[in-house]
Amino acid sequence: MLEARNITKVYEGGVQALTDVSFTVPKGQFLAVIGLSGSGKSTLLRCINRLIEPTSGQIFWNGQDVTAASPEELRRIRRRIGMVFQSFNLVHRSKVLTNVLAGRLGYTNPAWSLINRFSKTDIEKAHQALARVGIPDKADYRADELSGGQQQRVGIARALMQDPEIILADEPVASLDPVLAHSIMKHLERINKEDGVTVLCSLHFLDLVHKYADRVIALNQGRLVFEGLPGEIDDKKFKEIYGRDAERVG
Amino acid sequence: MTESNSNRETKPSVWRSLRNGFFFALAIITIAYAFQVTKVDLEEFRKESRQQSRVRVMRALANPDLFDFDRAETTVNSPVYLPCPGGVEPQIQREASGEAYVESLSCGAAGDVITLNGFNFPPNTDVVILFVPGNDPESTLALAKARVKSDSQGQFTAGVELPKDRESDDVQFLRSYSYKNVGTPRWSKSALNTWDKIIETVFMAFLATLLGTLLSFPLSFFAARNLMKNVRSPLASVALNLLGWPLGIWLGFQAGKFLLGISDSFAENIWMNAAGVGVSLLLIAFGARWSLSRGETDSSTMSRILTQVISIFTAALAIYAVLELGSLGMNLGLSMIESLGSFGFLGNFLFQSGDILRTITPALSALIAGGIVSSGLGRWGQSLSERLPVQTARLVNAALAAATGALLFIGIAQVLNWFYEIGNPLYIFTLPAILGALGGLTLAFLNHPKASLPIGLAVYTVTRTIVNAVRSVEAVIMAIVFVIFVGIGPFAGVMALGLHTIASLVKLYSEQVESISAGPLEAVEATGANRLQTIIYAVIPQIIPPYISYTMYRWDINVRMSTIIGITGGGGIGFLLVQNINLLDYNAASTQMLAIAIVVSLMDYVSSALREKAV
Repeated sequence: MLEARNITKVYEGGVQALTDVSFTVPKGQFLAVIGLSGSGKSTLLRCINRLIEPTSGQIFWNGQDVTAASPEELRRIRRRIGMVFQSFNLVHRSKVLTNVLAGRLGYTNPAWSLINRFSKTDIEKAHQALARVGIPDKADYRADELSGGQQQRVGIARALMQDPEIILADEPVASLDPVLAHSIMKHLERINKEDGVTVLCSLHFLDLVHKYADRVIALNQGRLVFEGLPGEIDDKKFKEIYGRDAERVG
Repeated sequence: MTESNSNRETKPSVWRSLRNGFFFALAIITIAYAFQVTKVDLEEFRKESRQQSRVRVMRALANPDLFDFDRAETTVNSPVYLPCPGGVEPQIQREASGEAYVESLSCGAAGDVITLNGFNFPPNTDVVILFVPGNDPESTLALAKARVKSDSQGQFTAGVELPKDRESDDVQFLRSYSYKNVGTPRWSKSALNTWDKIIETVFMAFLATLLGTLLSFPLSFFAARNLMKNVRSPLASVALNLLGWPLGIWLGFQAGKFLLGISDSFAENIWMNAAGVGVSLLLIAFGARWSLSRGETDSSTMSRILTQVISIFTAALAIYAVLELGSLGMNLGLSMIESLGSFGFLGNFLFQSGDILRTITPALSALIAGGIVSSGLGRWGQSLSERLPVQTARLVNAALAAATGALLFIGIAQVLNWFYEIGNPLYIFTLPAILGALGGLTLAFLNHPKASLPIGLAVYTVTRTIVNAVRSVEAVIMAIVFVIFVGIGPFAGVMALGLHTIASLVKLYSEQVESISAGPLEAVEATGANRLQTIIYAVIPQIIPPYISYTMYRWDINVRMSTIIGITGGGGIGFLLVQNINLLDYNAASTQMLAIAIVVSLMDYVSSALREKAV
């Protein structure tokens, strides 16, 4: 179980990105995080694995205080939290296989990394992960030779390599067309349902939320304004989340 | 609105013209002063003597001294008395040498013009008439008096004024000299010297670039803001880190010296060297395999201690292997210098590399041990400050910070003492210790005991400052210092160029690291990779192309620099060039300038072609 308690983030320069956000995610849930651009979704997801340090508040995961973890403990926590990004964040000049294997770095002895070595089981696992996301034949391509949808699958394969208990997906389909978006979301759904991995996924389109999410939290200007089932978002709630001038499109 | 607008505009427009006028006047004054300081003066340029030397030097420069020929010389020494001995009238005499002969008067008074008529000289060639003082016709000491050209029959007529201050009772000579180039041209001596030195120059640049690239690669990460700004650690950790350095360096240096002593006892025997290398490499392989195969699953205290002991033992073996490798290289090299003949330079390379390995190993092991002890202690400090209650942590911090501050200041005082020979223990021990301890205490009490300090930014700032300071000294100037360190010659040039290369490449490289895209960095960090792994998998792949391009660019610059670094004694072609200019041998200097132009433009072309390929 993942629990966020009173997370507040103030950036240098005084921008208040998150104010007092609290929520819990039971193990195995698919949680959608919605809100306008700039409402704090990305900051919230990054506060969970402390890529961004929250200014105050705590994150508890399986009873452990993530926010108080030492650097070494944080590394051990991070390696069980996979992350998928809007802009894929692959190393363009490296091979797809190397990008996928990077997900294994938290488990690899740094001395081996110095000479760019991974164990045979890790390499085998990477090929399986690529097969699982449907691109087993792309292992030896350079990452920037792949299309956007394929790159995001590599991103998911990289997260799978971590044997994650949680996947944080930061607008994973915002850079993709609707068809590809559904295919990527289906991969995340399968990981959620088959492996029991908790997924926290920030999304723009409500139809995706309705189709894939078990539960929704909504942010507006850094505050939690809604928490509930996808079906509960009616027109009134919608205007609360997105502002009164917003129109439903999806 | 419009009215107030126009009002606001008219008022400043006067101001603006005044201001513009002021700046214009200032600009004129600046330029005028620059004229004064740099002594712009066309009068000197127009002078007769300037014009003559201009013509002479430009013509000499246009005639690089490239080829030599065998000469067919014709010399006729006509005896002449100056003045005429008492009662003897000057009469026409004929002096011959082979086919050629010259008719002239046998004596004359000082200032008289004597006419020489030459016959059967090589046709259409320059003939120089020289006055040879003293009574030796073979003397090379001669004064050029006239230069004429023989006609198509090989005849010439020249009038020579007898010098006024060379009167003597002995016979003196008027020498008619002409030469012709015969046979095939061969490279002149200065062309051959130039070739030797230009090769030296190119390889100086190559070695300096190699050295600079190898060292600036790791350093550039410390000078990259985006990598360093997130590195923070608590005060206890920083203090223990700093305290660990001298301790580790001392331990490592002792270990290195001890191992050097052991390997010295086998230094002579080549087979013992080879066996030493082989055996220690084998043991290292076993040790490394064993300690690397320990997963994180097995973490009982006993097995962790065992792993550490074996790691230390493996590291010591590695140092020993390097030392033995050095001896092996030296011995093998020595035997190769004798047996390989013209490929003896390979042996010399082995010998010198071995020597370098053996020389730097104790220092290197000291540095590595320093790093290990410091990071170990630092980690301990980190866990201390996490576990201890706030009050205890405050005390521990204060004690550690005071000790570190005292040590740091004493260290600085020692360096100053070395330079200025202060010698008074009050100033080099007591006062710095007290000041440093006070500084440390202040730092400890100003910060919350558990607060983490931006140590990464401190390292970044220090690296940048040092690099910028070093970079601002040109390599030619650095060569002056290195000439004192290692003696006049190309090695000093390599050191100077190498140091300057490190300084400028660290800056260029680190700017590339700062401009990489942050996404992959974030992604790799999120997988639980440590800092080293993040650099290897997210940073290095992104910076390879610009690094190659900058290295090429730097090689280009180094070739250019090494052509002039000889001016200050740093070896290479510059040394020859300055020498020839000082000897006023502009033909030879021109040869060297030509060589520089060719090499620099070739390098320019090659490096830009390669850079295009790399990016």
